Amino acid sequence: MKKEKKYFLSPGHNACSGCGQLSAVQAVMRGLNKDTIIANATGCLEVTTTAYPESAWGLPWIHSLFENAAAVASGILASLKKRGDKKTKVIVQAGDGGTFDIGLGLISGMWERGENILYICYDTESYSNTGIQASGATPYGSSTTTTPSGKQSIGSTQNKKDMLAIALAHNVKYVAQSVAGFPTDITNKVKKALTISGPAYIQILSPCIPGWNIDYGDAATMGKLAVKTGLYPLLEYENGQLIHSSITKNFKAEPVENYLKKQGRFKHLKATDIKAISQIAAYNISKYKI
Amino acid sequence: MNKTNKQKNKQILEGSRAIALTIKNIAPDVISAYPITPQTHIVEDLAKFKAEGEANYEYIRAESEFAAASIVLGAIAAGSRAYSATSSQGLLLMTEVLYNISGMRLPLVITCANRAISAPINIWNDHSDAMALKDSGFMQFFAENHQEAVYQHILAYKVAEKLNIPVMVNIDGFILTHSYEEVTIPSRSEIKKYLPAFKPSVGTYLDPKYPVTLGGFYSPKYYRQTREDLFKDMQKALLEIKKEWKALSTTFNYKNQGTGLVEFTGSKKATTIIIALGSVAGTIKEVIKNNNNVSLLKITSFRPFPAIEINRLTNFAKNIIVIDKAISLGNAGPLGIEVQAALRDKKKNIKNYIAGLGGSDITEKQIAKMINSANKKSDKVIFNI
Ligand SMILES: Cc1ncc(C[n+]2csc(CCOP(=O)(O)OP(=O)(O)O)c2C)c(N)n1
Repeated sequence: MKKEKKYFLSPGHNACSGCGQLSAVQAVMRGLNKDTIIANATGCLEVTTTAYPESAWGLPWIHSLFENAAAVASGILASLKKRGDKKTKVIVQAGDGGTFDIGLGLISGMWERGENILYICYDTESYSNTGIQASGATPYGSSTTTTPSGKQSIGSTQNKKDMLAIALAHNVKYVAQSVAGFPTDITNKVKKALTISGPAYIQILSPCIPGWNIDYGDAATMGKLAVKTGLYPLLEYENGQLIHSSITKNFKAEPVENYLKKQGRFKHLKATDIKAISQIAAYNISKYKI
Repeated sequence: MNKTNKQKNKQILEGSRAIALTIKNIAPDVISAYPITPQTHIVEDLAKFKAEGEANYEYIRAESEFAAASIVLGAIAAGSRAYSATSSQGLLLMTEVLYNISGMRLPLVITCANRAISAPINIWNDHSDAMALKDSGFMQFFAENHQEAVYQHILAYKVAEKLNIPVMVNIDGFILTHSYEEVTIPSRSEIKKYLPAFKPSVGTYLDPKYPVTLGGFYSPKYYRQTREDLFKDMQKALLEIKKEWKALSTTFNYKNQGTGLVEFTGSKKATTIIIALGSVAGTIKEVIKNNNNVSLLKITSFRPFPAIEINRLTNFAKNIIVIDKAISLGNAGPLGIEVQAALRDKKKNIKNYIAGLGGSDITEKQIAKMINSANKKSDKVIFNI
């Protein structure tokens, strides 16, 4: 095995074994260099890597609140600019709750200012840290602790918010989607994003072992299946144009059942619900075909 | 300095302009703010200075006070000096971030142009906003007039950066922000002599050369220690404010009767002492100027709270009148509560007036009435004067 020159995130964190988010973070770190400052939102990543007086971070790293990482990053960038430091990159890391919901206004402000900040959203499709409550990223039919499935409920009745479209509407220069399970894709996208001057957004599907109710070894497989079913394609937009997509001409979708049936959060779904979800996949396949 | 120079330094300025010019000369690296009446003129002036090339701070236009506070948080964490200003609803919107800033020991200075809190909506002055933040870990200064506000801002940066505790300088909305007074603004070079450049020590701020983790997850043992440390450093600030106010008064040749914590006007042997915050002190001084029986104890530092000074300076008095421009609903005026606590071992007749809410005038006549009934039996908390 190739030895990593230096850990930006050391292996000693307190996340669940098999955590999809932490594996995605490692892939992100491989795309960064040491001249980087990270602003992190509250969430699993912050809680599991910074139990004081220890820290897993080998890069300068700050956590302030759940919803303000984007604005904190703007402040860091302003400080660097004042000092004439053009080399150091500013990165935001947040979960889907911090991104799609409570932090959205501040992200909009940051993008509006056109600042050269790379924002990375680890999308676990729920508030993992507080016990798997639904977020704006929770997909249709998913059972969470605030959208539980039951005799009269199929779980979440809302569709996942289209954050990529929101980013594109802000003229974010580089917008990409990836999944834990394709680490090289993540690393390459991070590297690419850093070559772009201006705002960049990367959203990474990060399977959550307890949240999705999956086996410890299944995070990467789930990520890959999300891509293969068309539910979460690998995407890359530059200056508003879709330049890469995992949905190519010859794309043959795997049935969504293969993805859904391995996850406890979907196990209550009936054939009609699954059909509705396969329509979401079909919509993606037509929308993101390249 | 010769006389003509000194005269040149005096200007008739709007309060907001005086604050903005002072901030320009303090030269923060990063400013971020969001407009709200009556703070607006300050942040507009600061934007204009930048637009005219008279200042070289980064001015970040935020989309809310919440963002503005978060932006200055990030800037200080990355090693910069920063500034923001707000009022009322804006201060409340910043609250979560402000607690975070003090907990992270970031020496931010903000101006609060004091205004009532909604509902009902009202844009005029009282101290409800500042009082809502009294436990936030910010030092809180209150200015009586433009000149005091100018120097309190300079003091604020000095003590904040020495102790790593943020400061909120309170100036009464409209009464100070929109009025014109004669004021001296110290120049950049004069300020530099008193306030050195902000240089946080290596390893305490975000820097790729020395990677640090800020804002980690603290278990009970470590959490309680940080709160105790902040409490103790806030106590230390009582001494630091006094020391630095004295140094400031000498450096800038600022003639004043204050100690940085309090300012006493009148006879130490007076039977009645009025205790108040902010601009109303000017009105009180007018009323008591020929009255040896009544003195004024103006509190210039509400946080840290100068309980020892209050005890010492009210020693001879029988009656204490506390004027509050805010109310702690369910109890009494916040200043009244604190004075009661400070004097709990003494037998004083303490009356707590709730006055000036939502911009209602506190007139000389009303103050005279308070003085006249200082001796009489009445409720401890009084609204109708
Ligand atoms: C203002 C505020 N509201 C609520 C919380 C509680 N809280 C902390 S983390 C979190 C959920 C985080 O979810 P997400 O952003 O998706 O990140 P994840 O834990 O899934 O990685 C919540 C609700 C908080 N810290 N602050």
